[in-house]
Amino acid sequence: MIRHLPLAAFVALLAAGPQWLPEFHITLLNYIGLYAIVAIGLVLLTGVGGLTSFGQAAFVGLGAYTTAWLTTQFGYSPWATLLIGLALTGAVAFLLGFITLRMGGHYLPLGTIAWGISLYFLFGNVEFLGGHTGITGIPTVSLLGWELKSGDEFFYLIWLVVLLAILGVRNLLDSRQGRAIRALKGGGVMAEAMGVNTPRTKIVIFLIAALLACLSGWLYAHLQRFVSPTPFGINMGIEYLFMAVVGGIGHVWGAVLGAGLITVLKQWLQDWLPHILGQSGNFEVIVFGIAMVLVLQKARDGLWPVLLRLLPASARQRRLVDAEALPRRSPAAAGSVLLTAEGVTKRFGGLVANNNMSLSVQAGEVMALIGPNGAGKSTMFNCISAVNPASEGKIAFLGESTAKLRSRDIARRGMSRTFQHVRLLGQMSVLENVAIGAHLRGSKGVLAAALRLDRGEENRLLAEAAKQIERVGLKEHMFDAAGSLALGQQRIVEIARALASDPCLLLLDEPAAGLRYQEKQALAELLRKLRGEGMGILLVEHDMDFVMGLADRVVVMEFGEKLAEGEPEAVQRDPKVLEAYLGGVE
Amino acid sequence: MDLQILLLLGQDGITNGAIYALLALALVLVFAVTRVIFIPQGEFVAYGALTLAALQAGKVPGTIWLLVALGATIAVLDGFRLLREKRYAKLPPLLIFNVGLPLLAAAGLFALPAGDLPLWLQVTITMLVVVPLGPMIYRLAFQPLASAPVLVLLIVSVAVHVAMIGLGLLFFGAEGSRTPPFTEISFELAGAPLQGQTVLVVVASAALIIGLYFFFERTIYGKALRATAMNRTGARLMGIPPALAGKLCLTLAAAIGVFSGILIAPITTIYYDSGFLIGLKGFVGAIIGGLASYPVAALGAILVGLLESFSSFYASAFKEVIVFTLIIPVLLWRSLTSRHVEEEEE
Repeated sequence: MIRHLPLAAFVALLAAGPQWLPEFHITLLNYIGLYAIVAIGLVLLTGVGGLTSFGQAAFVGLGAYTTAWLTTQFGYSPWATLLIGLALTGAVAFLLGFITLRMGGHYLPLGTIAWGISLYFLFGNVEFLGGHTGITGIPTVSLLGWELKSGDEFFYLIWLVVLLAILGVRNLLDSRQGRAIRALKGGGVMAEAMGVNTPRTKIVIFLIAALLACLSGWLYAHLQRFVSPTPFGINMGIEYLFMAVVGGIGHVWGAVLGAGLITVLKQWLQDWLPHILGQSGNFEVIVFGIAMVLVLQKARDGLWPVLLRLLPASARQRRLVDAEALPRRSPAAAGSVLLTAEGVTKRFGGLVANNNMSLSVQAGEVMALIGPNGAGKSTMFNCISAVNPASEGKIAFLGESTAKLRSRDIARRGMSRTFQHVRLLGQMSVLENVAIGAHLRGSKGVLAAALRLDRGEENRLLAEAAKQIERVGLKEHMFDAAGSLALGQQRIVEIARALASDPCLLLLDEPAAGLRYQEKQALAELLRKLRGEGMGILLVEHDMDFVMGLADRVVVMEFGEKLAEGEPEAVQRDPKVLEAYLGGVE
Repeated sequence: MDLQILLLLGQDGITNGAIYALLALALVLVFAVTRVIFIPQGEFVAYGALTLAALQAGKVPGTIWLLVALGATIAVLDGFRLLREKRYAKLPPLLIFNVGLPLLAAAGLFALPAGDLPLWLQVTITMLVVVPLGPMIYRLAFQPLASAPVLVLLIVSVAVHVAMIGLGLLFFGAEGSRTPPFTEISFELAGAPLQGQTVLVVVASAALIIGLYFFFERTIYGKALRATAMNRTGARLMGIPPALAGKLCLTLAAAIGVFSGILIAPITTIYYDSGFLIGLKGFVGAIIGGLASYPVAALGAILVGLLESFSSFYASAFKEVIVFTLIIPVLLWRSLTSRHVEEEEE
């Protein structure tokens, strides 16, 4: 209850605002609200998703101009033009995102800079949009018969939208899709291997950010009842990003804080700087630019976390709800072949990392892939899981060729993996990390998450994640940040994450590295149990005792080629293997 | 359209295109070596042009104060570090380069009748005043974040751009300037006049590009920069300090920017904020080259120049719209032809 107190106080202050604040302050608060809506979108896009846009002002402009033109020229209802504006913005954002998001992260911001400039000049030069003078006489908005004429009245609508946007984005982030969005920043590889469609996820957050901007533009047009190109130029686009970064790019409330700070500071600087410098002009940008560099150098997470530290720490342990278990896939028949790889060759330029490698894994067996460092074991793993597809050769999973499949398609078919270099999201809890593994076992989308219609499924997903965490013996760390665990334990978290996807084939890349003796024993016990349940396990490992005591069959690699294959005892006596591991036997 | 207009527009386009090409090269260089998308590139163009214009008007250009201020900030920051680490021997060069020389330059500007000096000397002074801002900005804004993700560097880059725009307004005022042409010679080509200034721009750009080629192919610093661009960690292990590579690279970028500004100043009126759009057009060229290929970037930039001059003839109001919308099909083409491998963060 205590932790809702600041929010309740904030909302109460807002609600009472128009009663006791002078008009000028209400106007300022209206603008802060309008800017905050845009900045909230940027928090989702930049702070959470690791993408960015300097063109948000252009989306604001699109929303404002759409309603301005359609209401004044054709007498449309503002509510209809809101929908049209959103549809138009969605289409433009989809196109831009589709084109730029396939490439490196920096093409989106560059694309949005260009698009922002281009739209600004378009607004200023198209005659029916009023050119540089703009459009006047935009009608007011009526809400359930209540006409919002004054700034005082509009104030409520703006801040209602702000609070709803915050609520929606927070709900979204705390959901299956939200975890997928947060996984984007860790590089797409892990998210894809867990079945997340990362290009789609990126476009979705870009769309959300653009639509929020458009909504802000619509509100702006009906508040001002006048639009001109200036507030939608690239400079404003940059300012929106500054707001989000200064406030705290990783926090939804940081957007509100940033919008408030920048807006108030701008007012103040615009009043004072021309006096101090003895010239008139927008000199506040000098201060903003320098402040921005300092914030990014000294406090990259912005000011919100600094503020948060002043509040009493809320021990926020999520209660796990008992939920019905998720359905499981039908197990493969014991002894049936799950995976076959034949003649797999992988080249990196001139370097041949895998040459003509073959192996197979059956249901209910542990197959170990061993070999000296640099033998190409992890490369083979990446070929099998399509993280980095093979140059040549045939790989079939459950009888189907994987040549045309992406790693998320393979994950959907029941293969899951861990990584040699642990790929966890360090700031997220162990529970949430493991729940990413169960991504494909849920289906609720972004809208359901934002509206909290996904709780039934969400509880089941989290219950499944908790079950797997218990199974691997990390129950007491369930709510700890994954990055705070020892490296060995992080590897175990990766196994739990892989298990959460209910795989029939498990690929483990050095799972025992960094574990103590007893932990290794427990891990071996777990893997034996999984084998007993009919799971196929392909294992890369260096610890020979661990491998030889566990594996049913062993493949030995050296210099990217298969050196030997067979049962552990036979392989251990193989002179070629002994030479590779111990040097020549003279 | 007759041949004469075609030639005139082509001439215009190639002149501007040559400038954009220079900027595109600088942008590709900075990105490859430091991963910074150097948005303030255009500000160096404006600063260069306007500093020269101020000198010619017999005024002391405001950029000299920026030089003094940045130098002093660096001297304080690095000076304290050197004192703490007891590396006293490094103090005199630090102070000489960051405090002594800028102050000397400021004193010189007050003492000399800059307006009456020959053109080549004015150009030299402009270069001496503005180019050092490049490495200084690297030291202050980018070096502390050298290992940050591209996204953070990009935001810093935009922040620097914004601050430089504001400072530009403070130093030079809102009035635009145009410097007198370097040469009044005019030729005739197929009935259309060919300005000597145009030829000068193209020749100077080409000479600079050739100079850069030799710098990268033949000198040890050029090779060090190329090595850093290819593999930062590897270059570092071979003893190339990333900070040196970054400063060197921004020195080059600043020099190219200022040089472009000096070339373009007689052709078009430059305002304190003109650099941004000029720089961005270089960007469109650089993006055509995928921020990686120098020759494709240069060709792309010339294409941008031509497109600009022809669209200003046919639809002058929509000139900028056309040029910046060009980036969409270009990006589409690049995204369909290139396979991108994710960069990891955190």
